Amino acid sequence: MRPSFQTHPFVQLFLARFREFVRTPEAVFWSYVFPLVMMVALGLAFRSGDEPEVSIAVVAGAAGDQLAAVLEKQGGFQVMRAEAESCRTAMRSGKVDVVVQLHETDGTTFHFDETRPGGRAARNAVNDVLQREAGRQDPLSTTDVTATEPGGRYIDFLVPGLIGVGLMGGGVWGVGYAIVDMRIRRVLRRMLGTPMKKHHFIGAMMGSRLVFMIPEIIVILILSRLLFGVVSHGGYAAVGVIVSLGALELACIGLVIASRAKTIESAAGLMNLIMVPMWVGSGIFFSAERFPDLAQPLIRLLPLTPVISALRMVMQEAAGLTDVLPQLLVMGTWTVVAFVSAIRIFRWD
Amino acid sequence: MTYAIECRRLTRIWPGNPPVEAVRGIDLRVEQGSCFGVLGPNGAGKTTTIEICEGLVEATSGEALVLGKSWATEAEQIRQQIGISLQETRLSEKLTVFETLTLFRSFYQSGLDPQQAIQMVSLQEKQHARIRTLSGGQKQRVAIATALVGNPQLLFLDEPTTGLDPQSRREIWKIISDFRESGKTVLLTTHYMDEAERLCDRVAIFDHGQILAEDSPKNLIRQLGAEHVVMFEVEGQDQPPEDFGAGLPGVISARSESGTRSLSVSEIHVAVPALLTAISERNLKLSSLLTRQATLEDVFVHHAGRALDAEEAGENP
Repeated sequence: MRPSFQTHPFVQLFLARFREFVRTPEAVFWSYVFPLVMMVALGLAFRSGDEPEVSIAVVAGAAGDQLAAVLEKQGGFQVMRAEAESCRTAMRSGKVDVVVQLHETDGTTFHFDETRPGGRAARNAVNDVLQREAGRQDPLSTTDVTATEPGGRYIDFLVPGLIGVGLMGGGVWGVGYAIVDMRIRRVLRRMLGTPMKKHHFIGAMMGSRLVFMIPEIIVILILSRLLFGVVSHGGYAAVGVIVSLGALELACIGLVIASRAKTIESAAGLMNLIMVPMWVGSGIFFSAERFPDLAQPLIRLLPLTPVISALRMVMQEAAGLTDVLPQLLVMGTWTVVAFVSAIRIFRWD
Repeated sequence: MTYAIECRRLTRIWPGNPPVEAVRGIDLRVEQGSCFGVLGPNGAGKTTTIEICEGLVEATSGEALVLGKSWATEAEQIRQQIGISLQETRLSEKLTVFETLTLFRSFYQSGLDPQQAIQMVSLQEKQHARIRTLSGGQKQRVAIATALVGNPQLLFLDEPTTGLDPQSRREIWKIISDFRESGKTVLLTTHYMDEAERLCDRVAIFDHGQILAEDSPKNLIRQLGAEHVVMFEVEGQDQPPEDFGAGLPGVISARSESGTRSLSVSEIHVAVPALLTAISERNLKLSSLLTRQATLEDVFVHHAGRALDAEEAGENP
């Protein structure tokens, strides 16, 4: 009997994988719901808008109260009035960026932490208000335009990062963990005793991963658009290409991790060894360019970095696929290298 | 004629420090249409031998022909015609019985309808149940069904009933007998001697990677020259020597193990009166006396010089 489409081993292996996945609610949660929860939480925490930019504490006293009133009228400041000691505590714990103390006789003291972002900016902002109140005339007139338009906000930066997280988790867990689990259960060995073609098995593991990824990414894109107005300025076709190649690349990374590990412990160790540098260095939550120049070449070569960076260029800067060719090249290289070495060293028992 | 399995001077050494010689020169011939049992304690090399025949382990030296074909050149054809059930395979808990068999069926060019395989292991009522919900015996029957679904000429079963309750064991024995009756070949390993006596046409008794004896269960027992065993205990501090009873008429040999003495006996009607006389002459007091038919267990003891349950460590690495 010739195998029909229904009974083709690739189709059956794919179906088995699909059934296992949808019948594991925790796997569905971690791949579909978790990235969304993270997006909503971070999107809300870092949303720009009417939040006061500068939190300050003013040491209570006649002059202090007067300053506080002026700052509140000015807007853009969140002012706390308290005794000197409580003000210092508030700064230590990060609730305020600067403590202002107006002395009866000899002027004003600013207490702030030079190393903390926002410390000096807060000091300057308060200082400006104080100086203008005292009658300073600025020799140049300036106008401020703040960036709240879509494309430049933190959420616009974050969404490509979260897509990257989804692809990484899916590849490493969805392919890597699943295969190690089958090896431990000796199912791989059992299948080796059948005429099953090895490429059908590997193909089904990878193919099912690529298919599970599609709804995951679509949900992130739709929800981020509905909730936060995140759009891809460079179109969605390019996003699709990058996401597909990225998913393939990270599935191959998962395959390498899984190619030899014989216990859950050794697999988990390997997964962490590979994922932690990407969590930290690939620019998921903050730009990877903040790392020292010396680390940059290494960071750019991490498998996840080019995925996220290409997505950001397309979505935020309206770049086309030709603009992200270097990234695509790194991804393609990882895909081939990982796949070939995985097949070479793969162990069925 | 072509043998279902033919092993010539098989050896397998597992690398390590020190290396483990799991199989040390096995010659084996399994006739088509027979049920062949590989018996022995854990670590005797049973699993390694069967896995060489299944194409899962490479022999260090020697050759294993399966259905007249060589693993070196015709692996694909052999795999199409054999069905295997490994020790301790945990099939995917999330799939149903039917889905699992449809999956395994898809690997073979020809074979049974998954429903048929389910019927052969009497799991029709459970065919849409997930594997997770099945009992140990039912899971083992699914594992055997995955071996049957490719409609094999030769079935390999590695310890098919280990750890199962008596009812489940009987169900699996029935599946194996039914398969046998359709004229096909079974190779099974077991460390239950009763299983081998019941199912197998021939058995090979393995120990330390070698075959100690090979014949039909009946002949092996007959060759002992003692088809009965008399087991007894005597009371008191003043115990007779270990080989007490060895010279009595009708007694072939005597052994003693943790207080229980056993005599291998050819003529029970001569040996028992002689034993009772010997006991009363020594002023000993008998605290238990039991006679039974000799079994393959006794054959193992006879050849290995120790009881089967005196296990030795060191199966596969």
